[in-house]
Amino acid sequence: MMADMARASGASVVIVGGGVTGLSTGWWLARAGVDVLVLEKGIVGWEASGRNGGGATHVYSPFGLEEQRLWPQMDELLGYPTEYQPHRIGIALSETQLALARRWAEIGGTRGFRWELLDRRQLKELVPIVGDNAIGGTYLHFGGHANPQRTVQAYAWGLQDNGGRIQQHATVTGLTQRGGRVTAVQTTRGTFGADTVVIAAGPQTGAFADMLGICLPLAPARVEMIATEPIPLMRVGGVAGNGLYGRQTLRGNLVYGGGPHEWINVPDMATPEHANTPLVRNLARRLAELLPGAAHVRLIRAWSGLVENTPDGLPVVERLARPDNVVIATMSSVGFGLSPAVGRAVSELVRFGRCQFADLGALALGRFADTPRDWREHAGWAAAPSAVEAAAGGDD
Amino acid sequence: MRETDPRSIAGKLTPPDRRVPLVVVGAGAAGVAAAIEAARAGVEVVLIDEHPVDNDMMAMDVPLCFGQRMDGSVRNRALMLERVVETNPDLAAAHEAGVDVQLGTYVWGAFVNGPTVQELPCSMLGLADDRRSWLLGYDRLIVAAGARDVLLGFPGWERAGTLGAGGAAALLARYRALAARRVVVLGSGALGLHTASLALERGIEVAGIVEVDARVRGDAARAKTLTDRGVPVFLSHTLQSARGRTGEIESVVLVAVNRDGTPIAGSEREIACDAVCWAIGLVPNVELLHLVGARLRFVSQLGGWVPEVTARMRTSVPTVFAAGDCTGFHEGMLAAPDVARAEGRSAGRAAAESLGAARGREDETRRRVSAPPTADETHRYWRAWLDSLIAAGGWEVNVCQCEEVTRRELVETKPPRYLGWQSPQMSARSVTTLLRDGPLNQDQIKRLTRAGMGPCQSRRCREQVGLLLARAANTTLDRIPLPTFRPPIRPLPLNVLWPADEPAAMREEWVSWFGIPTQFSPHWTAGMAIDEPTAHARLIVSE
Repeated sequence: MMADMARASGASVVIVGGGVTGLSTGWWLARAGVDVLVLEKGIVGWEASGRNGGGATHVYSPFGLEEQRLWPQMDELLGYPTEYQPHRIGIALSETQLALARRWAEIGGTRGFRWELLDRRQLKELVPIVGDNAIGGTYLHFGGHANPQRTVQAYAWGLQDNGGRIQQHATVTGLTQRGGRVTAVQTTRGTFGADTVVIAAGPQTGAFADMLGICLPLAPARVEMIATEPIPLMRVGGVAGNGLYGRQTLRGNLVYGGGPHEWINVPDMATPEHANTPLVRNLARRLAELLPGAAHVRLIRAWSGLVENTPDGLPVVERLARPDNVVIATMSSVGFGLSPAVGRAVSELVRFGRCQFADLGALALGRFADTPRDWREHAGWAAAPSAVEAAAGGDD
Repeated sequence: MRETDPRSIAGKLTPPDRRVPLVVVGAGAAGVAAAIEAARAGVEVVLIDEHPVDNDMMAMDVPLCFGQRMDGSVRNRALMLERVVETNPDLAAAHEAGVDVQLGTYVWGAFVNGPTVQELPCSMLGLADDRRSWLLGYDRLIVAAGARDVLLGFPGWERAGTLGAGGAAALLARYRALAARRVVVLGSGALGLHTASLALERGIEVAGIVEVDARVRGDAARAKTLTDRGVPVFLSHTLQSARGRTGEIESVVLVAVNRDGTPIAGSEREIACDAVCWAIGLVPNVELLHLVGARLRFVSQLGGWVPEVTARMRTSVPTVFAAGDCTGFHEGMLAAPDVARAEGRSAGRAAAESLGAARGREDETRRRVSAPPTADETHRYWRAWLDSLIAAGGWEVNVCQCEEVTRRELVETKPPRYLGWQSPQMSARSVTTLLRDGPLNQDQIKRLTRAGMGPCQSRRCREQVGLLLARAANTTLDRIPLPTFRPPIRPLPLNVLWPADEPAAMREEWVSWFGIPTQFSPHWTAGMAIDEPTAHARLIVSE
């Protein structure tokens, strides 16, 4: 009886996590006619999925070619704007930075993409606000960037347009297992039956793996970004360098992140704060160095986001052997740009048991079989011991 | 010994050059009283105030809505500093009491350790003047940041001349730099009457007081003094539009409204004026309190979101106190500046005692909330204005000036016009369809429409966006979650915010993303790491 009721409010596929990976997966499944339900603890795309740099240039990845193939089509496929813009420019302020920019370009080259080296004069023609401190750069005729906030909503809306459902403000509290399978997902808004479960819960993915008795080593961290007031549009908005990632938006804002991260613990399922630190000043300095012609531009916003990393920084995307109806997907902090391709891959793992366009062998969980439980301490990736502030005096 | 990741932030957030026992933000009545009280109890106090604000900031309607009606004298910093000191005699008293008074200083951020930040060496404020920024550590913080203006849009409100009561008062009484001769005041409550009186005192003509309500909301005797001096009061009226050539307001068109706020055809009248001043209420400045994690609650009769405070003005964060209009503004406060001072003294004394000073005098009784007629009084009044403006001016009016988002585009959750995006799917989406997914969230709709994302940091549109969303959702503003505030809470240039120097580790170990060598390695050449350069990457600029 209970199981029947759960089934009534369940779905063929229940996705835990309304971030960019879960939403893209849900959209691909819904397009294929699969009955899909996304469970999200807050609002769709509210965490790192909707607050990142928007880069879409990851040709090194097994998902990279599919990423490049899909992005130019996404607006049309989704029916909503993603603000996708093609091409990237890398600016170097030193020989070392130039070597890194070249290395990125060459990886594209080996995959068959075109790129060229820019001297300072060419760089200034393309990006008038670079300074004399730039020594050169790269122009990639591949890659690009999109607006994360608009894109996550586009996935969510596209999913609904194809008959999928999203349950926001539903925190997942448990996974019901029976006969070697996960049969239902328990939430603060009821229990939802499922034939297949996808866990794409960002920093919380590890906690769900734990519930299944699977050790998925993940270290959460906080990273920060800044945004300026709009300035006139450059010919190419995908301009970065000097240890910054980011872009000029189609509105004209310069939106950049980079620099040191803070390893933290995510204690529970609550929506975390998105607090900043004085690092925003260092980010401002790096941006003014990268684009000295914009040094006078006003900073109007900063924010932070929480991301998770595996020990090698690579994703875990795998359909588990047991329970055999569960797919785990964490992109190890690099999920937005790859999301069109990853969503497709996960939807194929759900439907066919394997990804049809790429070999995901390198992303299997098995590579962490020997990772000790205290790996974060060994790597220096543990959160700082909680700094308990001295209790203030007072008598009221 | 814990291993550390050299690319992490551990150890790179260095302590500020100066850390003081107590910082008071805001040198209004409450802030000065707090600072003096604490100083007299023997505490080292820094009192910070952003006035005089520089011209460029004022031009963005930050921190108050000045409506481009500043005269050229605001560019004279020395003169403005003189006037700020001269018009606030309390500042001299604070200085004499030993308070370190820092004027012309913006507080643009507050940084504290919390659930996702553990590496700060102490709690600190981000400060700046018009040339540089710095950090100031504190043991105790008293926020006395006052209140800001509430503006509602009408056709033509983008023109120079749309002010708020706070901006007008600052230009009239503090800066003596109002570049307007004939003003129309919107709102007949104590704030509207006060604004009109102040204008008359300073030799500005008041072309009318407009009230959507059928009665004068403020004191009748005070209103009569104004009408006796020839100020017309237009009851049951709203603003249809502002007109003028070359981007200036040169007149406004008023229209009489029915009880339900709908305009009465043929009742339009045009009134010559060069300024329109919104004086229907003020909103407590809770940005810093939000950033330090103080608990806020929505109290309509206090202007919206206000901090929870104890009788001694302590917030839910034990080291942070709040006093004055930032703890709640209602029109009765205009006649009772002693309440703000008493709150300031309470906060100053409580902060001092929490730092170990001897127990002071008994606390004074004070009462900020007078018994309200109804719980949502203030916002119902604002909503009546908004409804009348929509009825008279329509839906094609910008709600967000910075990003040029109209009321219609907001409630239809349209992507910004510059994307030129059209699709049947998009046309089917709106605030109404979003409501099916859950309660409306102003930050979510901001991301979609960009309303509130401009350089004024939503100072001109935050309330009206919220009210429009509440209207569309057939609910009240208290049901819309507080939209977040983020640093910098003042829009400051990169080359002001940047630090003059950085710890070597910050510079040498900087990477764009974690610095995990295998993270971006080509999957087809396993083990070929792409290490982001760090210590070797000496930057041209720093050489």
